[in-house]
This record gives sequence, structure tokens and C-alpha cells, in this order.
Amino acid sequence: MTRFACITVFSMVLLVPCLNALGELRFPPPEFESGYRFPEGAPLPAARPVLYEYADAVLLVVALLLASYLILKRRSRRAIFVLMIAALFYFGFWREGCICPIGAIQNVTLTAFDSTYAIPLAAAAFFVIPLVFTLFCGRVFCGAVCPLGAIQDAVLIHPVAVPRWLESGLRLLAYTYLAAAVLFAALGSAFLICRYDPFIGFFRLTGNWNILILGASLLVIGLFVGRPYCRFLCPYGVILRHLSRLSKRRVTITPNECIQCRLCEDACPFGAIREPTEDWPEGEYKIAKKRLVLFLVLLPVLVAAGGWGGYALKERLARMHPRVRTAERVYLEETGQVTGTTNASDAFRTTGQASDTLYQDATDIRNQFALGGALLGAFVGFVAGGKLVALSVRRRRTEYEADPAGCFACGRCYQSCPKEHERLKKIKEAVAGR
Amino acid sequence: MPSNNEDMTRRKLLREGLWGACLVGAGTAAGLSVARNNQDNMVWQIDPYKCIGCGNCATYCVLEHSAVKCVQAYAICGYCDLCTGYLVPEPKALDTGAENELCPTGAIKRTYVEDPYYEYTIDETLCNGCGKCVKGCLAFGNGSLFLQVRHDRCKNCNECSIAAACPSQAYKRVPADQPYLLKKVDLKE
Repeated sequence: MTRFACITVFSMVLLVPCLNALGELRFPPPEFESGYRFPEGAPLPAARPVLYEYADAVLLVVALLLASYLILKRRSRRAIFVLMIAALFYFGFWREGCICPIGAIQNVTLTAFDSTYAIPLAAAAFFVIPLVFTLFCGRVFCGAVCPLGAIQDAVLIHPVAVPRWLESGLRLLAYTYLAAAVLFAALGSAFLICRYDPFIGFFRLTGNWNILILGASLLVIGLFVGRPYCRFLCPYGVILRHLSRLSKRRVTITPNECIQCRLCEDACPFGAIREPTEDWPEGEYKIAKKRLVLFLVLLPVLVAAGGWGGYALKERLARMHPRVRTAERVYLEETGQVTGTTNASDAFRTTGQASDTLYQDATDIRNQFALGGALLGAFVGFVAGGKLVALSVRRRRTEYEADPAGCFACGRCYQSCPKEHERLKKIKEAVAGR
Repeated sequence: MPSNNEDMTRRKLLREGLWGACLVGAGTAAGLSVARNNQDNMVWQIDPYKCIGCGNCATYCVLEHSAVKCVQAYAICGYCDLCTGYLVPEPKALDTGAENELCPTGAIKRTYVEDPYYEYTIDETLCNGCGKCVKGCLAFGNGSLFLQVRHDRCKNCNECSIAAACPSQAYKRVPADQPYLLKKVDLKE
């Protein structure tokens, strides 16, 4: 066929697109005379059976039971490490990191805010089970089951101490991340935690380059700073921190009396060992009291400032929502501020909706983000202020102990404690003597 | 001033109370989830009536070779000789010559059926889900070619990264026992 003929046919075709809108096909399906039948291709492959998801939840419970036993009863770093690596291979490399409790925060949030969303049982189980275990046994999930923790723990070769003030400051990132993830999931804009999961690319051995680079950087930092994601970013870790403070049982370093040798302090790569404290020295006590009062006054100021800051960010936050982005683009196009269209604005126009509906939706979403942003900012302000207050209160401790919130239950401190070695020796002798 | 002993009791009571509240909170989250659950897992799928064939499916999937592939709805296909899903605009000839083919991977097979009809089938092993044929067929044809997420390939990410990049919000979660949204003949006769 000549090019001219082709162009002619194309122009004829151009005249009929309106037919589709009427629910008719542009070209009626042919009536074959040669007895042609539609080919039957292979059936479309079915989805992964839901039974597998339940099996994962059961395995999670088994892993957590085993972790609790190894961490609290058996007190063996080697056994904990083996379980951790096994969990890394199963939940990480085999199940490819999805679904994980960290991401499940968003599924639970979306369930609470979106009545049309049906949460998979596996996601709910992955969210709740580690929480319950933390209430009973401390952060055993972090120590031996979480694949994200495991991959970082496995690469830690030369831990350096992070100053306490820096650690507390950087941890604010995790609180902000948690609040932002909840906000965006609640308003149906994005699953931030999944989008920026740094290690999923390694688990799948493929992925977006930016995220792979982020993950690789965290692992390189993780060679020297123990578990940087867990300590400074993990939003689920924030929840576990606070539950772990209340836990019934948790890691106790020494099996009997502490001899204050400080060996555990050196063994902990996460700065989670708290040293014994004494009362404030007489001179400092007054200054400390004044500082505490100042911070208590500062707390509402920080909350208000954070709330205002979050409110001011509403436009930017709202832009995370695809509907708002489309509305902004369509507005620019319709007012002639830009030429040309994008895929999103084309897609909107094919729906045949009025632009005003779109603008109204965008306004509603912006208003939601105004409230949400203010709450997010106030929360971050509250956490920052609360941290300042907490840092200026001195708790009394008589021996070296693991910080219930910051301890990942990795078990490194057990083998560093001379008293523990004494205990093990006694057990060995008793077994040999019998 | 309360004695030290009482103080400890008060602190303990507070702790226990908080502990119980947290347990109840976790239980509530679990209960709420079970009440909302529909017994089935949810998987991602493309609504073919919303898809505009933009090409993001081929590039945004976390898999190197996208989980999305094209499906041909034969009952809708017009079996055109001049197929705008198969041929580039202004083809040199209406045949299987590589220079005429729209599909970048040559995944569409064109077979002669009878005059003037040609059958178009998708070779799934070659299809990369770019949607060029979908766009072409939507623009000038019956729209019989459409994209679907293949569940043997899909990792079922908690947040599908193609869904996040989809300009027409065509991605949605569907029950795993009915994981495909197929185009049906919508002739009003």
C-alpha cells in the first residue's frame, strides 16, 4: 500500500473515535466464513494461594517464640545469630521482604481511615504479633526475626559509639517518619515506608537504583554504626521502643550481681547500655531543676511551633496525593500557563469529568492535609520537647543495665559479662558431674 | 509526702495499667482488621477501562522485566488489516516487516485468517508491558488489546510502584480469587 493510501485510511479512522463512547465497537467483529475460532491461550496464572500468607504468619509466631526462648532463657548470642540469619533468608530473601510489620503500619492505618479497604489477614497479623511479643518479652522481634535488622546486624564489623545527644537527635527522624507514614497512609496518598524501604532491593536482587543506592549507603554506614535504619529511621521501632519499656520480661545483662566491670558497655554496638547513676551533685541540682522547668515551659511552645510548621507545609504535603497533582496540572493547562498535556491530564480528560469536580476534590484533600500536617508537626514538636524533658531528668540506677527502649535484644552483652561466664561454667560442671 | 513504698506501688499500678492498655490497643487493631477482612488476600490489577497505555508499567515495576503483560480480547478485536496496535503510523507496508511493527519487542504475531482479516496474538514471553499497542488500539481500534498484571510474576508489593506512578489511577486491589479484570464485549445490541 502506498503511503498516500495509508494516510487516507488513518484520516478516515480519525473520524470515528466518538463511536466508542456510545458503547459500540468502531469496527464490528468480523463474521468469519472459514470456520475460524478464537484461539484459546493458556489460562491466566492464578495468584499466590492465601494459605501461604497464613503459613508466613504462623512461621512468624514460631520464630518469635524461638527468639524469646533464645534471648531470655538460653542467653546465647550464637543461637540468636543463627536464628537471625535464618529469618533473614526466609522473611528477607525467600519471601522478598513483603509483607513486613514495618509496612503493615500503613495497612492498619488505611483500614482505620478508609472503610472500603479490606486489610489482608496476614498484614494485620504481621502488625499485631510482634507488638504482643514486645509487651511480654521486649524487642525480640528486632533482635532475631526482622530481616531489615538482620541484614544490618550481619554487616556490622567495627562499631563506633554515637554520642548520646546525636543518637537522641537523629531518632527524631524515626518519629517524623512514623508520623508522615501514618498521615500519608491515612489520607490514601502513598505508602511511604514501602516506597523508601532501603533493603527490599537486596532481598529481591533487583529494584529501583535510587533505593538500591540508599540501601547500600545504609549498609556501608552500618559497617561502623550499628543498625542505622533501626536506630534512626525505623517507624515500627518507635512503637516497639515504647512498648518495650512496659514489657514483662526483657534482656537482663548480668545473671546476678553486677560487678561494674563495664565490659557490656563496650560490647553493645547500639549504645543501649545505661551506666549506674548517682544523685545530682549539690551544685548542679539547682541548675538542673531550672533547666527542667525551662524545658517544661518550652514543650507547649515546641508543639505549637511544630503544628504551625506542619500547617504551613500543607501544600507540599498535599502534592503527594495524585489527585492534587493532576488538579494542579489541569489548572495550569486550562489557564494557559503551560502548553501541552501530561499523561495524567490526558487520563483525566478521557474520564469526561468536569474540572470543577477535580478542583473540589483537590481542595478537600488540601484541607485534610492542613489538619494532618498540623497534627504531624505538633507530634514532632511534642516528641522533641519530651526528649529534652526526659534528658534533664536523672533516673537512679545501681548497676549497668540494658536500656529497655533502645535494646535490640541481640544478646552481645551476655557473652561479655564475667558473671554470665561464671554461671555457664557452673552449669557445665553440674552437667559433667551428673 | 507518700512513703517510698507507696510510691513504688503507684508507679507499678501505672505501669500495669499502661501495659494492659497497650495490649487492649493491639487487640483492638487486630479485631478491627479481622472485622474488615474479606477472608481473601488482595492483589494488584489494572482496570483496563481506565488504562491509557502510557508506558509506565514497563519501567516502574520493581522487577527488571515487568509483571504486566498485554492481553488480547479476541471477541472485541476487529481483525483489521490496518491494525493501529500492530503497525507504526504510516507503515511502509501492511506486513510483518520489522520496520512496520509498533511493538518494540516484536511480541505481536500477525496471522492471515481470511480476506480481509488478520489475527493478532501476543507472545507473552516477549511482551514487556510497554502498552504501545494498547495505546494504538485504544486510539483508533476497538481497544481489544489491554494490559494485565500477571500473578505468576507479580511480587504483590504492599505499595505497587507502578500504581504509584500510574497517571490514570487504573491500579486497584482486587480479591486474589478473582485476580483479573478482563475486557468484555460491551456491544449494546
